[in-house]
Amino acid sequence: MSAETWQIVFFTIKVSLLGTLLILPLGVAVAWLLALREWKGKALLETAVMLPLFVPPVATGLILLMLFGRNGAFGSALDRIGIDVVFTWRAVVLASAVMAFPLLVRTAQAAFQEVNPRFADIARTLGASEWRVFATISLPLAFRGVVVGAVLAFARAMGEFGATAIVAGMIPGKTMTISLAIYQNIQLGQDAAALPLLLISIAIVFLTVLCGQMLLPRKGRR
Amino acid sequence: MDHSQKVDVKTKVLLLLPFFLGASLSAEELTVHAAASLTDAMKEIAAVYEKESGDKLQLNLGASSMLARQIEEGAPADVFLSADEAKMDALEKKGLLVAGTRRSLLSNTLVIIVPANAKLLPERAADLAKPEFKRLALAETQTVPAGIYARESLQRLGLWEKLKDRVVPTENVRATLAAVESGNVDAGIVYRTDALMAKKAKVAAEIPAADTPKISYPLAVLQSSREPERARKLADYLASPPAQKIFAKFGFLPAN
Repeated sequence: MSAETWQIVFFTIKVSLLGTLLILPLGVAVAWLLALREWKGKALLETAVMLPLFVPPVATGLILLMLFGRNGAFGSALDRIGIDVVFTWRAVVLASAVMAFPLLVRTAQAAFQEVNPRFADIARTLGASEWRVFATISLPLAFRGVVVGAVLAFARAMGEFGATAIVAGMIPGKTMTISLAIYQNIQLGQDAAALPLLLISIAIVFLTVLCGQMLLPRKGRR
Repeated sequence: MDHSQKVDVKTKVLLLLPFFLGASLSAEELTVHAAASLTDAMKEIAAVYEKESGDKLQLNLGASSMLARQIEEGAPADVFLSADEAKMDALEKKGLLVAGTRRSLLSNTLVIIVPANAKLLPERAADLAKPEFKRLALAETQTVPAGIYARESLQRLGLWEKLKDRVVPTENVRATLAAVESGNVDAGIVYRTDALMAKKAKVAAEIPAADTPKISYPLAVLQSSREPERARKLADYLASPPAQKIFAKFGFLPAN
């Protein structure tokens, strides 16, 4: 396999990892908020979090382009301090992070909901702050589920295509991920060159999701 | 108001129905694959041709490389208008063209464009090597004609090695134009005809024809055509003075 193929594979793994790490703090916080008992506006947040799963990825890409382009709200501010986003590796991280966010939140939320709320209540009656309840009870008990959420988010990030193509372009050696390279090869009529990438991406995602499945708490095994 | 509009549309459809049914007996739909740079000119020509011939034209616009690939894969099409001879050569070699229908139709030139509000203006191609021009949009430089022409021009000028790491490749030349108009790249190279259609980008410099490979748009009728006679008529029309006049209006040059 060519050096170029390996570069693409490692780049994709790297940006997917970065994207997952980027959304981890916010994702876990949102998941915990959603797992708490009912509160006003919860359904709205829950729906908003799910949007990237259902909005066409290219539309998400367009939204990101409008926000982070050089003339966009965030993009122009970042441009002033010398940080380019669009058409750089940062755009690849951004796109995969946004697209992976719902999977992380949904999985972590389910894990938090599994935790018996009475433990938290008891800690509260003993005077523990909300932060302490979260850090010493909810998070440790839901830890496995949170990890599974991160694993699934990583797997989703590995395959991200639509939004990435819009905000990051397909720049060889700079923003070219496995999905983009497969598409590019098909466009160029070099289907055979896409084959190793195809097999590698299936292998990576298969192993990743398998890990996630095995980590998943099963009934009767806890 | 909403209700009355609905009735209106329904009535229109009912009134037009016999027309469609009748028309379909004598009119045919022809599919034209045309290079992205021809988008606006072909739309205008199609409107004129449809009125004159009664045939409907379905335009499939995109990078010539993509269109050629679709034709190779068996996409049904009647006429192909490529932005370079190489794509046509490939199709001819595979026996996908109707013999004797291929001809060179148009030519074009390249220009360097920048966003309309840009403060940095390259006066000539060599200025693109300055560090301020961080990103240069080009159509994909291995397969898309506009990108190949641009790369070969920069190679002739001895600039390619310096610039190739700044290139943001796009799917076709209109996407190059769009990237520049969005302000997300500092400059781009497109056909002069694309620059004429630009609203949020302006021409900073022209690349002299002497530094550019020969730009030629060939035309041919495809073997996959189910209406080869009508397709031939359309091809003849595209080469006729009235069509050439419309191409000229959009800035295209005659072949050679």
